[in-house]
Amino acid sequence: MASFDLIVLGGGPAGYVCAIRAAQLGLSTAVVEREKLGGVCVNIGCIPTKALLQSAYVANLLAHDAKDLGIETGPVKTDYGVAMRRSRKVAEQNSKGVEFLMKKHKITVIKGEGTLLPGRKVKVGNDVHEAKKAVVIATGSRVKGIPQIGLEINKTTVISSDEALFLEKAPATMAVIGAGAVGCEFADVFNAFGTKVTLIEALPRILPLEDAESSDALAKAFRKRKIDIFAGAKVTKADVGKDRVVLTLEAGGKTETIEVEKVLMAAGRAVNTENMGFKEAGVQLTDRGFVRVKPETLETTAAGVYCIGDVAGPPMLAHKGSREGVNVAELVAGQHPHPIRYDNVPSVTYCHPEVASIGLTEDQCKERKLDYQVGRFPFSANGRARTSGETDGFVKIIRDKKYGEILGAHIVGSHASEIIHELVVARENEYTVEEVDLAIHAHPTLSEAIAEAALDSMGKVIHI
Amino acid sequence: MATKILMEALSPTMEEGRLVEWKKQEGDTVAAGDVLAEVETDKAVMDLVARAAGTLLKQVIPAGTTVPVTQLVGVIGKPGEDIAAIIGGNGQARASAPAAPAAPAAPAAKRVEPKLAGDADVVPAPPASAVTESSSKSIPGGLTKGPETAAPLATTAAEPGARIKASPLARRIASERGLDLGSIHGSGPEGRIIIRDLEGVAAQASGPASGGGPAGGQVPAALSGFTDVPLTQIRKTIAKRLAASIGPIPTFYLTTEVDMERVWEARSALNEASAAGGSKAKVSFNDIVIKATATALRQHPACNAWWQDDRIRYWNEIHVSMAVAVEDGLITPVIRNTDRKTLRQISAESQDMAARARERRLRPEEYTGGTFSVSNLGMFDIDQFTAVINPPEAGILAVGSIVEKPVIVNGAVVSRRRMRLTMSCDHRVIDGATGAAFLRTLKMLLENPLAMVW
Repeated sequence: MASFDLIVLGGGPAGYVCAIRAAQLGLSTAVVEREKLGGVCVNIGCIPTKALLQSAYVANLLAHDAKDLGIETGPVKTDYGVAMRRSRKVAEQNSKGVEFLMKKHKITVIKGEGTLLPGRKVKVGNDVHEAKKAVVIATGSRVKGIPQIGLEINKTTVISSDEALFLEKAPATMAVIGAGAVGCEFADVFNAFGTKVTLIEALPRILPLEDAESSDALAKAFRKRKIDIFAGAKVTKADVGKDRVVLTLEAGGKTETIEVEKVLMAAGRAVNTENMGFKEAGVQLTDRGFVRVKPETLETTAAGVYCIGDVAGPPMLAHKGSREGVNVAELVAGQHPHPIRYDNVPSVTYCHPEVASIGLTEDQCKERKLDYQVGRFPFSANGRARTSGETDGFVKIIRDKKYGEILGAHIVGSHASEIIHELVVARENEYTVEEVDLAIHAHPTLSEAIAEAALDSMGKVIHI
Repeated sequence: MATKILMEALSPTMEEGRLVEWKKQEGDTVAAGDVLAEVETDKAVMDLVARAAGTLLKQVIPAGTTVPVTQLVGVIGKPGEDIAAIIGGNGQARASAPAAPAAPAAPAAKRVEPKLAGDADVVPAPPASAVTESSSKSIPGGLTKGPETAAPLATTAAEPGARIKASPLARRIASERGLDLGSIHGSGPEGRIIIRDLEGVAAQASGPASGGGPAGGQVPAALSGFTDVPLTQIRKTIAKRLAASIGPIPTFYLTTEVDMERVWEARSALNEASAAGGSKAKVSFNDIVIKATATALRQHPACNAWWQDDRIRYWNEIHVSMAVAVEDGLITPVIRNTDRKTLRQISAESQDMAARARERRLRPEEYTGGTFSVSNLGMFDIDQFTAVINPPEAGILAVGSIVEKPVIVNGAVVSRRRMRLTMSCDHRVIDGATGAAFLRTLKMLLENPLAMVW
């Protein structure tokens, strides 16, 4: 029986980051991983999809914008298989990178399925390992279908992101069910590779968690690229055949039937809590199926057992899990980490144009009856965006009228995922719109649109 | 490494403290949060709490000694540790002026000692607390410094003149609410004050520079309901001319005599009913006057205000300060939201707070933040007096004794119980007619006690 200070169940972005921080703080640490280090994020999530989105970006650039920029390429030919293999290479390199980090920090990687035993013990195969200080559950989540409407993932005609990431060629037609970040990103990718994409969302708009203006802007851009969107739509029937699926939709009081080669399920994820001895070890779940944790410490109902990442509850985002990992490692090492501000976790969708946000949406401000002022600035009035020919989108900042607090910020546009962080830093440090404006922004940059939106929220916008 | 125990500012106005009694002896093991000693501040006797775990190595000052805030009073460390440098260096350290803001000395410290130039303790003081137990050797790029603190409890160095670390938003909210950042403990990185730290903190409006009154008047941030009205030109002129004439607070006085027969009857009946019900609860005349005052203030918000130099702050909530004589002075415990409390609640609270005031056991937030004061010398057989305004409040009511005297009612001379009320008004805030209208309402309420619950 091997003994460690801390054992992490799961080597995804929450688990491996937790292990590194724990090792930095002098704890002997082990990570149990049944598949590849890096988890969903590195292997079948964040990283490979962004690689594919880069291919999609270039395809769109060449097909639609290159000629205008003075570059003629002739007809653009795309090959999803090549793009896919490149994305695999990137993912594999990243997973190797995580392996290297484990070695560098002298973290023991235990390959296999871990089972939690009472008393801070973890069983892998026939070996039982003991954690002297803590066990950290970071078992993550997985794709799920909707068997209730006949859409069980069959990996051929009804697939999930897990399969979409390994397709050799893009299908001629595809329905994407669920227009959250994952659904929108795949719709973007396959559209660029020539697939006729239909995007279906049950809630009234795509990216339903984002600000309504962001959703509308993305929907407009998608429609321009001939992606069909059905929002507020219910799939009432699915006729799953060998090489095609016929879906019956109800949307806006009308019934539609669409026939597609593949259906991509992107309507939420299921957390991994089963068959790992949680219940027997005293780890309870919430009504929604997440592991129950104390919000301040992320400790579960079993003493000395912590939980981080997707399985600890929403938002199910890699960066949220990583931060939880750091905090738990520091707590276990006897430090007092700053509490996580769950209202300041950025949300990013990497389609084209990108959508990024932090804080409250305008609808949420209305619901909370906050006294706010919206500042907006369109990229069509931004010099840098114009030089790039990427003028879609805007920056929207919601300012508290009394104190100038940045209640929320929403960006749609090229590189939104990068420039949002100015506002994340601002919110984390409780800067008001005035500090954002006071900081001189280089010209010409996309970030100038942020300063202008801040100014606009105070009625002082310059370039409009 | 050893941790210094410093005299902490336990109240916003405290400049020095008398160590009344050591609760831990040299050689005792202490945990962070343990009470080390009792300290008498300018207002109360309060606990000095350990900011670090270890052994109390040295009581630097004996019980009974008065020392200024931030002075070394003791040392916590490991048994056998050499603390000569710490104790020896103290004198010089005191002599130097507050220097640059420095690393917090103790992560959980309410008040943190700035790193003073010339301090004998040259190595950055490690944050000694429970955190110290974690290993420091493995910190990347690990210098000789102690473990990273990042302690949520790390707090600000509020040395006068020192830079106060606060987020822009926290600064703005604090200034809006009249909070003194210097007295707030920051929980952000490096003791930075963030919004979270303002929640539930006693607001501390600086008020007129002369200050004077207990702690200059504080109001809990949670009770931020007020309206600031910038001064009009006429108000500015009135303020300037009147202040030039009579002193920093141009005060005038209004006196009225109140018939207390009905209050007398009501009080007797209430106390009899209470006793018959087996309760020891008793209501005093002062409780009734406080209740009536709060009720009248609700109708006359113009009297429920603070003078703020460039504006007048009209409070939406009513917090009546009640002057209580203590052994060597007086203190004004505040009954929060007085107008929304029943007579029974006011009575229980005033008894409790008066008792604790005499024991000097009131917490700072309990004797600051009033919006109007009541001072009663009736029990000393004083018929009538003028009370001194407790700034930044704009009014105070002086309550005389209840005297049986002949008065004419309906043309006949009868004996009635009468009480004289004198209101001192800050003329910059309250004009004669405004004060008179308030006093008339108050008189009506006391003469018709049922109107208080109308």
